[in-house]
Amino acid sequence: MEEFANLFHGFAVTLQPFNILVMVIGIVLGILIGVLPGLGGANGVAILLPLTFSMSPTSAIIMLTCIYWGALFGGAITSILFNIPGEPWSVATTFDGHPMAQQGRAGEALTGAFTSSFIGALFAVIMITLVAPLVASFALQFGPAEKFAVYFLAFCSFVGLSKEPPFKTIASMMIGFALAAVGLDAITGQLRLTFGFTELLNGFDFLIAVIGLFGIGEILLTMEEGLEFRGGKAKIDMKVVLRTWTSLPRYWMTSLRSCIIGCWMGITPAGATPASFMSYGIAKRMSKNGRNFGKGEMEGVVAPETAAHAAGTSALLPMLSLGVPGSPTAAVLLGGLLIWGLQPGPMLFVEQKEFVWGLIASMYLGNLVGLIIVLTCVPVLAAILRIPFSIIAPIILVLCAIGAYTVNNNVFDVIMMMVFGVLGYVLKKCNYPLAPLVLALVLGKMAEESFRQSLLSSQGNLGVFFSNGLVSSIMILGLIALFWSVIQEGYSRLLRARPA
Amino acid sequence: MNTQHTSNSGPSHRSVEIGVALLVIAFGAIVIFGSLSAGIGWGAEGPRAGFFPFYIGLSIVISGAVNLWNAARPDASGGIFAEWSQLWQVMLVVIPATIYAFAVGYIGIYVSSMLFIGWFMRWLGKYGWIKVVSIAVGMPLIVYFIFERWFLVSLPKGPIEHWLNL
Repeated sequence: MEEFANLFHGFAVTLQPFNILVMVIGIVLGILIGVLPGLGGANGVAILLPLTFSMSPTSAIIMLTCIYWGALFGGAITSILFNIPGEPWSVATTFDGHPMAQQGRAGEALTGAFTSSFIGALFAVIMITLVAPLVASFALQFGPAEKFAVYFLAFCSFVGLSKEPPFKTIASMMIGFALAAVGLDAITGQLRLTFGFTELLNGFDFLIAVIGLFGIGEILLTMEEGLEFRGGKAKIDMKVVLRTWTSLPRYWMTSLRSCIIGCWMGITPAGATPASFMSYGIAKRMSKNGRNFGKGEMEGVVAPETAAHAAGTSALLPMLSLGVPGSPTAAVLLGGLLIWGLQPGPMLFVEQKEFVWGLIASMYLGNLVGLIIVLTCVPVLAAILRIPFSIIAPIILVLCAIGAYTVNNNVFDVIMMMVFGVLGYVLKKCNYPLAPLVLALVLGKMAEESFRQSLLSSQGNLGVFFSNGLVSSIMILGLIALFWSVIQEGYSRLLRARPA
Repeated sequence: MNTQHTSNSGPSHRSVEIGVALLVIAFGAIVIFGSLSAGIGWGAEGPRAGFFPFYIGLSIVISGAVNLWNAARPDASGGIFAEWSQLWQVMLVVIPATIYAFAVGYIGIYVSSMLFIGWFMRWLGKYGWIKVVSIAVGMPLIVYFIFERWFLVSLPKGPIEHWLNL
């Protein structure tokens, strides 16, 4: 019951006029970020992070998470109207959403997508409300070895669940760890990997990497495709919304399944993109109308949108309760916590009750406000999308540069951003996933610290990671996740071999 | 860029994959080298500074080698990385944007942004001068008011801003 008292206190914090204002601004900015190419959840939040330095941490996190919700909503608009996914997790939404728009059912598809997003997010927030405090209080007993095991599990699930070749995922992740190690070593106070360059003394800031890899890299990819926006007019009125709402309860089974897939994929850091594809695939297989998928079936919009939003939201659960973000955007939010002087992890639930519960309450309200804003503003947003890319692109690039500079007030970072941008373009074209790189860059120092502390306590014996039931079971889960594709392969071979 | 190429020629995907894998291996080697000079053994305060990055560097080299092996296999997927014309489009952004990134430190972010947006819209978008100037000047002005006036975040300035005493 204590949780509910806390939650009500959180609502009181969130309902302060300033926080509501910040929430609306965040949602609107987020939707813009979601619909514009080159700006996504992660780098959008990274660019706007400096604007929150003068706010209280609670208002700041409300604004930034609302940008995130807005970006999740916004991605669906471009997918349905223009067949251009604004975000990777809305690729699956184009499969049925765009055909619906071509049949003149854009309003229906958008209403369906937004409502499903809302339901997915709501499910995930309820799950966070109930589960996060338990996980946090459990995690309070963690020593360095258990902490490292959790990081290990998080990174192994990346390798096992990623669609990309496992060794590319590992390479990308390890590059992130290596970049995180550059600069001053926190334990010995020694400089390392700087090779005498004074610019490298402070190491690589992951916010610069996020802005470069995701922002600049995305603009370069768009330039290469010579993208032009065409098609798609959208009109949503109350009649369409209400008619769609009465038809949606039919898909409750798909919704529930997608919510569960989304939450699962969000907590294990697989993220929203695989969750949306998986949910779409399963819905296609299970549905009576499976054959019509791809031709404009409402169920094919409901499934990926619900899962993507559930995954995007539940990615905050491990970030809040363990200090391990489940997605690049959650990683940027975690970086924000550090900048505002808060230590992410289980202690937040003990020491910063107002912050944590204000944030959780703002997730309920933010998603509701987001739903109302997107349902009413679609025509305006569609008009923004018709601004040609040759105007949007330089403006986004300038915004990225401003964001990169303001992180540390360092001009050199703007140049680093360009380096990361070209790197992001090439890596993405070669199917190296970028999310593990960013997550490793954020968590690298903390993972290394817990690793070295555990080794210190065991005098260098690696057995410390299997010294008790808890730590060994997390490590074994991690190993299973790491070799998941191999296990799956072996299992299916076994199945095939048996009938023969 | 060579215009003699037909419209759908370009560097092969395989060669770019091999190049990236080699770069990854080289990066890993640099990390190993740097870790060795920081010390990878066991010191008074436990594992020394290079201990963790050394094994990271080792993993980079190993995974890079596997990727190189996969990319270099003769049955690796064919196709081109991108057409030359597409790469030229990308370079049309990369080169001015890099110049822009360096210019920010010397002439400030406002003037360089104006020049960059103006260049982009005029040469790539082929817009009329009125439209170009209004957006190229207007956008940095909006940024100025939002960042410097409302949120009190100072952005890099150059000689012109100092001369205007901003």
